[in-house]
Amino acid sequence: MSHFTEEQKMMQQMVRRLVNEKVAPRAAEIDETDEFPWDIVKVFGENGLLNLVLPEEYGGVNANNTTLCIVIEEIAKVSPACGLTVFTTQALQNVLVRGGNDEQKKRFYPKFESGDKICAFVLTEPNAGSDAGSIQTRAILDGGNYIFNGNKNFITTGEVADYYLVFAMTQPGKRAKGMSAFIVEKGTEGFSFGKKENKMGLRGSPTVELIFEDAKVPKENLLGEEGQGWKILTEYGNLMRTWGAASTSLGIAEGALAYATGYAKERTQFGKPIAAFQAIQFMLADMAILTEASKSLILKASWTIDKETEPFFKIEPMVSMAKCFTTDTAMKVTTDAVQILGGYGYTKEYPVERMMRDAKGVQIFDGTNQIQRVIIARNLIGKLK
Amino acid sequence: MFNLTEEQIMIRDMVRKIAKQKIEPRAAEIDETDEFPMDYVEVYKENRLFKMVLPEEYGGIDANTATLCIIVEELAKAYASAPQMLITTGAVLQVLLKAATEAQQKRLFKRLEQGTQTCSFALTEPNHGSDAGSLQTKAVLDGDHYIINGSKAFITTGEVAELHLVFVRTGAERTKGISVIMVDKNTPGFRVGKKEHKMGFAGTGTVELIFEDAKVHKENLIGEVNEGWSLLLNIANMMRAWGAACTALGNAQGALDYVVEYAKQRFQFGKPIAGFQAVQFMLADMAILIESARSLIYRIAYIMDTNTETFKNIESLVCMCKAHAADVGMKVTTDAVQIMGGYGYIKEYPIERRMRDAKSVQIYDGTNQIQRVVIARNMLMQPLFLKG
Repeated sequence: MSHFTEEQKMMQQMVRRLVNEKVAPRAAEIDETDEFPWDIVKVFGENGLLNLVLPEEYGGVNANNTTLCIVIEEIAKVSPACGLTVFTTQALQNVLVRGGNDEQKKRFYPKFESGDKICAFVLTEPNAGSDAGSIQTRAILDGGNYIFNGNKNFITTGEVADYYLVFAMTQPGKRAKGMSAFIVEKGTEGFSFGKKENKMGLRGSPTVELIFEDAKVPKENLLGEEGQGWKILTEYGNLMRTWGAASTSLGIAEGALAYATGYAKERTQFGKPIAAFQAIQFMLADMAILTEASKSLILKASWTIDKETEPFFKIEPMVSMAKCFTTDTAMKVTTDAVQILGGYGYTKEYPVERMMRDAKGVQIFDGTNQIQRVIIARNLIGKLK
Repeated sequence: MFNLTEEQIMIRDMVRKIAKQKIEPRAAEIDETDEFPMDYVEVYKENRLFKMVLPEEYGGIDANTATLCIIVEELAKAYASAPQMLITTGAVLQVLLKAATEAQQKRLFKRLEQGTQTCSFALTEPNHGSDAGSLQTKAVLDGDHYIINGSKAFITTGEVAELHLVFVRTGAERTKGISVIMVDKNTPGFRVGKKEHKMGFAGTGTVELIFEDAKVHKENLIGEVNEGWSLLLNIANMMRAWGAACTALGNAQGALDYVVEYAKQRFQFGKPIAGFQAVQFMLADMAILIESARSLIYRIAYIMDTNTETFKNIESLVCMCKAHAADVGMKVTTDAVQIMGGYGYIKEYPIERRMRDAKSVQIYDGTNQIQRVVIARNMLMQPLFLKG
């Protein structure tokens, strides 16, 4: 779109070329083995995709929301699992840029400057998913350290990440008001990794349990102040859904649509390409309509975030709409892509069944679509009598 | 790209005020009587809305696509029928602006200072709807005049229009033999035929136009002979973005606004029904769909106004926003009736009307099926690789 800056257009071209050359040939294998693609991460790092939001003096490009959307969308067209590493890494750095103090920026920016560090976003617990306000992991101040105890699970990029943005209770029992956010380094004593999940899709992006047993985290790693965790989560963290889950899904949908369209032109039945039948044409047209509507929602939400033209309470439902609509679109588009390819679509020889499995994951992570609807409805209805 | 200029905000506020004060209070009555709302005509005249697409030197407000979208959306929020006479008139004037000679423009714009100031866009025929390229209304040159014979059907604003932009057959081969002629309502041999009795979209003056040796001076031919189809594709079809799509969008938004308030007031099982997640999720889904349609519409409006994509991509996006917004309008208004239950089904509340009105948008201005045919054709010729 023409409102992209020259820099953003160049970024889009660069990432598109990069993923076609380096990621596309590996996508099926990464899915099959579920092994973390260190080779791809290295390439991402060399091309500056792991410190996008940082200032230029630290190797970044000061990426705004729209730039992040562009990058994640392009990667997800080919391999959403690979995009997740960029996603969680930028999620932490983005919160640091917006919510960290000067001392923390001075301390952490240089660590990310080399561009090869991976970060993770740590919120979910075994018993606190959509109800994130009820997390139980404790961080209790003791002298110069916070002592962490508790378990986190479904943590994307867990174990492979070097830095973790962890939400924990500094005042247990106070729900959202007692929550704080910390940066925790890998190798911290008492901080270890539990089981790695064997997932339906998004394979190659490790999803791991984290265990805190009297883990000592220096108090300087607290972001903002005690009790500001929920604010950091909602005001900075949740906006990432536009370039995180939503753009991931947009990429998946675009990838599936392009593949199914190409297939429909080649596949001949009843003496002509199946693309010549209106039954197929209308499926393709509907997939395209949903995909472009998704892209429009993301662009609008993202534009609004970058221009700060609306107050937060108006941006929040827009972000939820983009997340919810785009992930539902990706699910529908990939399911229909499998349908258009028929038996071939159902085999691992073709990429669309993988895309369908991947799409399901995005309806769940980064706030389930049901939680998005709760947020949207709350903003729509307001307080009830 | 999604922000409004100072001027657009002024226009929006002006139209919003009109909609509230003059449009909405009359909606139920117009729906009941199906009479063409001459009071709306007066309001639009006062505010130069019939000429909205014209440059200021012709008394217009030089509205670009985004501005047209705003105007239609705001009016349709009050009543879906309300903007229809502006849409047909605006679409005709856009064709004249781009394809008529200066002399024709001067003469026709002056003509439109009289009477209702409205135009109709006369393409559809009884046997030629989606397959518009096979239309049969014939125009034969005889000296300085075209002699027109045939009939047009489902012509919005046709009942009161001063001028009709008529697509006629001047040559043999389908789309290669179609021309565009402006026909004055006072032309001998021309008359308005039967008025359709419709499910919804009342007061839009949907009529048959009948041509029996209608004699129109050749000076009223717009563009070149047999080049009418390109005027339709290149200029007129673009109106779907601000016409049909924004009608559906405004109608849906109006329904949602109404039903949110209802759900907060209506008590069942001891609490407002808005307190139940079953209703909350219906409302959330309606809001998501509306916002997806709005984002798509204003994105394509921006692309059209800045001319930053290829014609084929713009054509596809226009078709997408028409089909999507119209389908969203149908779904949202149907669910709005559902949330209101028995009250939603009766004429005492404005929601069943919105549902009836929504249906027509899936059909007119190119059925949603034809939009999909165009989208698929463009996709299969060349993948939709937009610049962004």
